Amino acid sequence: MANMDLFSEPTLTRDSVEAVIDLAKRFKEEKGRIPVFMEVCGSHTMALAKTGIKTRLKDYVQLIAGPGCPVCVTDQKSIDAMIQLSEEPNTILCTFGDMMRVPGSKSTLMKAKTGGKDIRVVYSPLDSVKIAEKNPDKEVIFLGIGFETTIPILALAVREASSKELKNYSIWMTTKLVEPVLRALLSSGEVKLDGFLLPGHVSVVLGKQNYRYLAEEFNISGAITGFEPVQLLSGIYKLIHLQLEKKVEIINDYTYVVSDKGNVVAQSLIEEYLEADDEAWRGIGTIPKSGLVLKEEYSQHDAKKKFNISIGEPRVTKCRCGEIVRGLITPEECVLFNKGCTPAHPIGPCMVSTEGTCSAHYQFMRGE
Amino acid sequence: MVQRISLAHGEGGELTHQLIQDIFIQSFGHSEQTKLDSAVLTIPSQTIAVTTDSYVVKPIFFPGGNIGKLAITGTVNDLAVSGAIPHVITAGFIIEEGFPINSLKEIVNTMAGEAERAGVRIIAGDTKVVEKGSVDGLFINTTGIGVMQEQHRLKPEIVQEGDSVIISGTIGDHGVAILSARNELGLLTDVRSDCASLNLLIHELLEEIKGIRIMRDPTRGGLATTLVELCEDFRFTVEMDEASIPVRKEVQGACDILGYDPIYLANEGKVVIIVDSNEEQKVLAILKNYEMGKNASVIGQITSCHVQTGKLLIKTTVGTTRRLNRLSGQLLPRIC
Repeated sequence: MANMDLFSEPTLTRDSVEAVIDLAKRFKEEKGRIPVFMEVCGSHTMALAKTGIKTRLKDYVQLIAGPGCPVCVTDQKSIDAMIQLSEEPNTILCTFGDMMRVPGSKSTLMKAKTGGKDIRVVYSPLDSVKIAEKNPDKEVIFLGIGFETTIPILALAVREASSKELKNYSIWMTTKLVEPVLRALLSSGEVKLDGFLLPGHVSVVLGKQNYRYLAEEFNISGAITGFEPVQLLSGIYKLIHLQLEKKVEIINDYTYVVSDKGNVVAQSLIEEYLEADDEAWRGIGTIPKSGLVLKEEYSQHDAKKKFNISIGEPRVTKCRCGEIVRGLITPEECVLFNKGCTPAHPIGPCMVSTEGTCSAHYQFMRGE
Repeated sequence: MVQRISLAHGEGGELTHQLIQDIFIQSFGHSEQTKLDSAVLTIPSQTIAVTTDSYVVKPIFFPGGNIGKLAITGTVNDLAVSGAIPHVITAGFIIEEGFPINSLKEIVNTMAGEAERAGVRIIAGDTKVVEKGSVDGLFINTTGIGVMQEQHRLKPEIVQEGDSVIISGTIGDHGVAILSARNELGLLTDVRSDCASLNLLIHELLEEIKGIRIMRDPTRGGLATTLVELCEDFRFTVEMDEASIPVRKEVQGACDILGYDPIYLANEGKVVIIVDSNEEQKVLAILKNYEMGKNASVIGQITSCHVQTGKLLIKTTVGTTRRLNRLSGQLLPRIC
């Protein structure tokens, strides 16, 4: 077991920062520009902003936030549909807290709750199964958003509901997968990157071997890292080092929790209950096989089949979340940032989610 | 058979009389005051401090306390951090029909015990019972009256550059204790609420230390929100050192998992003190004499005064400085 205190120890942190800056200077001398990396995961975006690493390194290393905040990459139409679900009679809508204030075209779940709808924030999808058990006369719907970290728990919730024969339980699935979106980003050629900081939590499930395509097909390196300052800095250091050595590799820098094969139990749960399907991403469009839906035999728990939700075209705003999740612009380049759009009055999901890039900038990097 | 509060307990008749006799007067010992519609008392000062607060905590019982203890400590602390010596407290109870009488007894006893510890008297009360579903179990409203002493008057106007900012112990304990008591976390912690009366500790500080400028108890909104408000109200800038803020490992761990930041979590037994830096060690020595102050720490300095807009800054371990704002919206758990 690693001693976690070490990874935020002040002296070690400052030494690590200096080591990264020294190496980044060498990079600039050799290549005439600073290295550019993308952190895929929303929790990394938050940690890099909160610890001050992004600000401290800004003249030496460019860190671009990627499409790893599940709420932020959820298509506006999908968000509208989820809010619309709360209008269904005789239902209890269960959700992770992040969704409550996400602005839909007309309303938010928070407003619907204030208006008397039964909407409950849960910490785990399994809690929503318990709610279904206790309320057999109500339809209980869980809003299933998330990446590979969350997806196994959704599968587990379906297993629970299925074994308890809960006919009143369903999940509105809008899950997202990391590999298809990274492939789409790299294939589009819109952003030029020297490497990826790969997500810590998602990798616990996927394992290191699931990133081989990055090196083999796209000739780009990646480092799986943790969330403490020294861990983040170590990942960045190793990515710069690979560039200077002219090597392309996937490095597992989070070995105490991430294995080569990942969590095979979680993977088999996913395989048993879910299958890949096309999924729409905010700002990117539909990416083939980039989400997971319930297999046909579990369709009694599929809210999309159970409820007939029809919604109009989403309201158009000046929100540029779509470009932000693709790493094309920073929050400051959006005219709404810190003007019309703040955490108290968000226009787009990136300002709401605790992992959103705009929220990270607003909280930790404003005016810097 | 569990005895429960019924609507009849609130009708003002025989059952109300019994409830007041058996529970409230027995614990609070204020039978003389209850004979009149008002409690009549003599206050040993021309200047008094008055505070009022309502307590609606969920769950009503939590590790380290219950709603009654919180009602007393919260009221006592509001008076104490204003430089007043807490004197008397009134308490109004709004009870949901069906509430177990034994639980009410336990809460009232806790209040009496905590009031005794803090040296305050509970002198008046009120009981209302409402239909099931109209309140969640039990709500308590208190009013506290404290006596001001000129030599203890706080002096925010003489805050100066270099003054020290001190917190009396670890932060976020109450917030995490409540979250885990709600059983929504799916994780067990043995973190107990820090809820405690601070008045004796604060009294000793005010007696011994002449250079105390301001004190606040960082309750809802946590340490950060409290300091932001002080900075804005009194137009100075505080720079905090992230590494020096005391946080229990269990609290940090729970926050890491749930996406909370301990500096925004509620405390119920902590005080933030701004003091002349020459006296910071003396303050720490006094705090550390108390069990509740043993983790006290200097967490920052006043870096400028009389500014247009007061700011709270935090120095991160990587050496950058960023601005902290009030808690914005509700704290939401992260999902990935």
